[in-house]
Amino acid sequence: MPFIPHTETDVAEMLSEIGVASIDALFDEIPQELVSDQLKAVPEGKSELEMLQFMAARAEQDQGYTCFLGAGSYDHHIPAAVWDLTARGEFMTAYTPYQAEASQGTLQLIYEYQSMMTALTGMEVSNASVYDGASGLAEAVLMAIRANKKNKSGRVLVAQTVHPNYVQTTRNIVHNQNVAIEMLPLQGDGVLDCDALSVGAEPPVAVVVQQPNFFGLLEDVDALTDWAHAQGALVIAVVNPMTLAVLKAPGQWGENGADIVCGDGQPFGVPMASGGPSFGFICSRGALMRQLPGRVIGRTQDLEGRVGYTLTLQAREQHIRRGKATSNICTNQGLLVTAGTIYMSLMGYQGIRETALACHAKANQLRDKLLQCPGVEPMFSGPCFHEFALKLPLPAKTVIDAMIGEGVLAGLDLADFPIAGVNDADHGLLVAVTEKRTESELQHYAEAFARILAAASEG
Amino acid sequence: MSDIPSDLKYAATHEWARLEEDGTVTVGITDHAQDALGDVVYVELPEIDQVITAGDEAGVVESVKAASDIYTPISGTVCAVNEALEDAPETVNADAYADGWFFKMQPADLGELEELLDAEGYGEVCEAEDH
Repeated sequence: MPFIPHTETDVAEMLSEIGVASIDALFDEIPQELVSDQLKAVPEGKSELEMLQFMAARAEQDQGYTCFLGAGSYDHHIPAAVWDLTARGEFMTAYTPYQAEASQGTLQLIYEYQSMMTALTGMEVSNASVYDGASGLAEAVLMAIRANKKNKSGRVLVAQTVHPNYVQTTRNIVHNQNVAIEMLPLQGDGVLDCDALSVGAEPPVAVVVQQPNFFGLLEDVDALTDWAHAQGALVIAVVNPMTLAVLKAPGQWGENGADIVCGDGQPFGVPMASGGPSFGFICSRGALMRQLPGRVIGRTQDLEGRVGYTLTLQAREQHIRRGKATSNICTNQGLLVTAGTIYMSLMGYQGIRETALACHAKANQLRDKLLQCPGVEPMFSGPCFHEFALKLPLPAKTVIDAMIGEGVLAGLDLADFPIAGVNDADHGLLVAVTEKRTESELQHYAEAFARILAAASEG
Repeated sequence: MSDIPSDLKYAATHEWARLEEDGTVTVGITDHAQDALGDVVYVELPEIDQVITAGDEAGVVESVKAASDIYTPISGTVCAVNEALEDAPETVNADAYADGWFFKMQPADLGELEELLDAEGYGEVCEAEDH
């Protein structure tokens, strides 16, 4: 299907046909005080050459460093075939056409994506993706409110160890919708302490748990799930899909499993790209499927008995349900899901499992090396997956800046992610290690790190 | 021409109401409504003990081509819901006035029933819509 832009002549003809002076005049009915002027800050367009030079200079800033950054976006290997195939014209088009069923290939791909995501998460249904992991959590919270409508409290308890940016995004999206986001305080050693949890005034609608949590640690998800279900709350799991071939699938948490699972698909074939874009996913129990937001693709048969793919459960969506739709976002991250689907297909369950195990082994290897430096302590004691927090003898920012001089992006400064109950956050360094890091890169990190700490203690 | 039993009361939003011998009122959607919706695939019902006022949304009926709110024709407290519709929503198409009922309520004021349309009045509503 070709992409056909409207030329200036086309636009002028259409306006003259309906007797309107300009495009802006079409929006006259919006009261002047409601019109945002923020877009005035967007600069004028650039020529192709200027844009390429500008973007090349930006991209250059990311080059030449070995990456140990994580906190939701990870530097995994992306097989060359992933983007070679994703970039084909058939996939690269911006949008599914409005007669979505004309794009059988796109719909089949999304159907395969949904099937793989449900297998990984241990859930029964998946949507076609949402914008990213953080907005996915906000959608999951709103979904839980609709699904657990007997509970009128509007209370959603969120573990303090959920990514702070996810919590902030969720607050931004739900704050005018009578939802009270309350934090479950961090009383354990970087993880929730199940024995110390208190439910508060009235039963919550839902409880949100992240596994591995923001610090890379493993929560006691079985106990947390059972605790939440005992309060009549739904359990929303925030997970990193790369870990699911090793860790227990959320559908198997506790006695009955999590109810809604969300997260960010970036680890599957999506480059870090200075922070985005990526794609978010939401899966759930079959019983909740009518509350699921976004597109869902189903497999069916045409009149001649041939397999076909179609949008299904559309009565949830805003083109039918208008203001009462399950979400005002009825689109998906098609292109990035294409990359994620091809990544999963190429890697297979075994490939994803081996990648996850390699990340885990290398993270532990680096952690052990760094803990040998005098004054460096683990911030928390529990086991980690592929990301760990260290407490340094000097501010983390000092070490991070010095490591940049060694060509290493050493990790994230925990002072930038304030979490109540964490002491000395400004001395906290969050380090992620993927399968891509070589023996010599780990060695270089450890040596440079030791050198910088030694110089600081002498100075 | 759709089936409009003369012993029921109707709302212009296509719900019917029937006063039972035990004093409760049963509510469903009309034959005309099920026909206009097409194959019903899902029904969302109110909750038992829910207090609803005439004109309130009290559920959703979803067909292959649309989803529509159900409004309660009179005020009262929900005392039973037709759970069989969860597994067999097509009953609404097959038997709109009997097995396809949606919910029963304890009416707050039986006088509200008298304000609803009778079969003739509802027939006129349907006819006006068809034209």
